[in-house]
Amino acid sequence: MSKSFRFQTSLKHARGFGSGKSGTGHFWQQRVTGVAALLLSLVYVVLLVKLQGDDYGTVMATLGNPFVAVLMLAFLGVSVWHMKIGMQVIIEDYVNQPLLRVLALMANSFFSALVGIASAAALIKITFGA
Amino acid sequence: MADARLAASRPLSPHLQVFRFLLTMAMSIVHRMTGGFLYVGTVFVAVWLVAAASGPDWFARVDGVYQSWIGRLILLGLVWSLIHHAIGGVRHFIWDLGYGFDKTTADRMALFNLVAGIVLTGVVAIAAFVFA
Repeated sequence: MSKSFRFQTSLKHARGFGSGKSGTGHFWQQRVTGVAALLLSLVYVVLLVKLQGDDYGTVMATLGNPFVAVLMLAFLGVSVWHMKIGMQVIIEDYVNQPLLRVLALMANSFFSALVGIASAAALIKITFGA
Repeated sequence: MADARLAASRPLSPHLQVFRFLLTMAMSIVHRMTGGFLYVGTVFVAVWLVAAASGPDWFARVDGVYQSWIGRLILLGLVWSLIHHAIGGVRHFIWDLGYGFDKTTADRMALFNLVAGIVLTGVVAIAAFVFA
């Protein structure tokens, strides 16, 4: 290997090319969104129990309450980000073929964005309309 | 360059099927599976919210599907997935803080995760039934 003649340390070549390419940032985001989702999911489960079986008017009035809407938006935003980076890890673990992997990662981003935007748009419409 | 014999003798990650069954290993897999279920399950939340925002007719249609026995079964499964995954997450936080790595504690936490997940799902199901 002729690289020994270059005045570059191997760190120069390694930097930015680690397994995840972004150090512990991904790991940390998974934890932060996890803590947030844990707290907010308590609100979500209570809301689900309360609303299940209720009529349209009650559901709209409850979701239209600004406090409920804000907590729901926070829960959905945090959950969608948590699941997007979580699924990314699963894809990176199991999908080895490069093209398939890129397509799967892209589909993951699209799906997560779609779910997040649709839920947020619906919640915003409900709370502004109420 | 790359020595073929060297490449062939590199250690392989042990495959799932050669491991002896361990509760912690099973709970690790279930954590990932419940995460996957919740990933798909967000579609149910999004559809429900969009239906509500689209008016009473759409809401009634979606509500009808969700209130059917198969709808209820799926929702119950998702509630269990959420609770199991949440407790599993707390287990991960405990490990992140540096605790619970010894075998007995890890096993106990895995068992607690499994039992508490099912019990709390039952509590939520009963509460939903009572407050319906």
